[in-house]
Amino acid sequence: MEVGVVRSEPNGERASVRIRRKHYRVLILIQYAFIYAVIIVGSGFFVIPFLWMVRSSLLLHQDVFSVPAIIFPWPVHLENYPDFWNALPFGRFFANTAIVTFTATIGLTISSALVAFGFARFRFRGRGFLFILVLATMMLPKHVTLLPTFLLFRSIGWIDTLFPLIVPSLFGSAFSVFLLRQFFLTLPLELDEAARIDGASSFRIFWQIAVPLSKPAIATVALFAFIGHWNEFLDPLIYLSSMENFTVALGLRFFVSQYSGTYWELMMAASTTAMLPIVIVFFFTQRTFIRGVALTGIKG
Amino acid sequence: MRRLRLRWRDVEPYVFISPFMIGLVVFIIGPTLGSLVLSLMRFEFVRPPEFIGFDNYAEMFAGDPKVWISLWNTVYYMAGHIPFGMAMAFFVALMLNQKVWGQALFRTMYYLPSVTASVATAIVWSWIFNSRFGLLNNFLDLFGIPGPQWLADTRFAMPALIIISLWGMGSTIVIFLAALQGIPERLYESAAIDGAGRIRRLWHITIPMMTPAIFFVLIIQIVGSFQVFTNAFILTAGGPGDATLFFVLHLYNKAFVALRLGYASALAWLLFVIVLLFTITQVVTARRWVYYEGEVT
Repeated sequence: MEVGVVRSEPNGERASVRIRRKHYRVLILIQYAFIYAVIIVGSGFFVIPFLWMVRSSLLLHQDVFSVPAIIFPWPVHLENYPDFWNALPFGRFFANTAIVTFTATIGLTISSALVAFGFARFRFRGRGFLFILVLATMMLPKHVTLLPTFLLFRSIGWIDTLFPLIVPSLFGSAFSVFLLRQFFLTLPLELDEAARIDGASSFRIFWQIAVPLSKPAIATVALFAFIGHWNEFLDPLIYLSSMENFTVALGLRFFVSQYSGTYWELMMAASTTAMLPIVIVFFFTQRTFIRGVALTGIKG
Repeated sequence: MRRLRLRWRDVEPYVFISPFMIGLVVFIIGPTLGSLVLSLMRFEFVRPPEFIGFDNYAEMFAGDPKVWISLWNTVYYMAGHIPFGMAMAFFVALMLNQKVWGQALFRTMYYLPSVTASVATAIVWSWIFNSRFGLLNNFLDLFGIPGPQWLADTRFAMPALIIISLWGMGSTIVIFLAALQGIPERLYESAAIDGAGRIRRLWHITIPMMTPAIFFVLIIQIVGSFQVFTNAFILTAGGPGDATLFFVLHLYNKAFVALRLGYASALAWLLFVIVLLFTITQVVTARRWVYYEGEVT
């Protein structure tokens, strides 16, 4: 019956389809307008604080407080950067942070990879129990071990040195061990067996087969360690007392306590500079990052 | 004699895992037990340590109102941070999961605050919330709204910290987005054939399939809420009038300002037990509402 109707009024039917299609297109358009509006306004919330920081760092002192606020800093004033840099030994702070971050990151990554390989590739007594123990440590708040660890480092005279910020990381982290073990488990065992028949030791299999094949996972672990150590605040706050040993985070906090509420343009220049290494690293490695977050988020 | 001889093959695995195991003993198990012992002592540097039994715990529960204030503050913070943060992250992830141009770019922008979170961002926010010259009150001024004193006002300091915490939800967005992308397309197709509308597909497919990710984020967020430190320390130092005194801030003050390491250790153990209880409760109740693919239903 419908067929008959369509045949008798071909033009009318086509017209209604066209109208419906048009409606549909308008609907899609509205939908996408809405989606983009949400995403763009939302990203404003995430990005504007950074822009505001950079803006304020490029203004002269008297312009920072002008009402109504200057939105585009023009002409650009870069003086704030050398000014804040020379106000405190920031070069020293950056060097200290770089020492801590690099040594801790390298140590943490290598140790975690070794341990993860051990759990992924060997059968041994107590493996299940020990691995659960590794995972369980992730639930332990850092603050439980904080004070005895502080006393431990104090008793061996490491207060006001960089060692307490580095040494605990050299033994690996539970999170990294977990992530790398998951990755090692996906590598085919045949590779190991073939290498073993050729007489390769376990360590060689680890170093020449497992590690090269796991570069993405290792990069993820190293990146998280890098960010974590660069941003760390509580440990430097507790352990470091003389200015020549400060990290960037601690130096910034000291800087704020000196200039709070007055020299905002200097504080913004300092903040921008402190973030710069992280932002640069992040922009070059964001794929690795996003994959790492997504991976652990789902597997967890 | 023969049984005592160790073969390298048997020892090897333990050599591989030894770095973490040594660290575990020296930096985790040892200090955890040490902290327990310390919590039963008066340990204040100025006089010799002394064993005092459960006095620290008694003081914590009966003689230190700041413990309850800081716990209450944490609950207040969680009540804002977790529902708003997760709803926002979920919504943004849903939007980004449509076929939008520049998805990777937007994802990067949303995630950026999560990697820079430290003293520097805390300073930026203190500038934004500055009551006279800050960005936020300047913005409110455009609409003729007189902005509050934010961080200097007992009523607005905590909401300000909650707003800042939402800024760090980028990692949750990324986790949710990955979970959304992991939902098989065929489920939506067959639902559409069965005539399920947009809302029903969201409610009956998307949300159930997302529960593992939601569950994971929830645990991370709750545990994290009990450990807020840097932002509160830099921005408000717990003030004004204890309005943003978080638990770890209180612990820090007791340990490194009042120099009462014994009492602070008791606080640390309270924190541990609370975090543990939350985690266990969630893992136990998870069976009822978390859907894992491959499970027999």
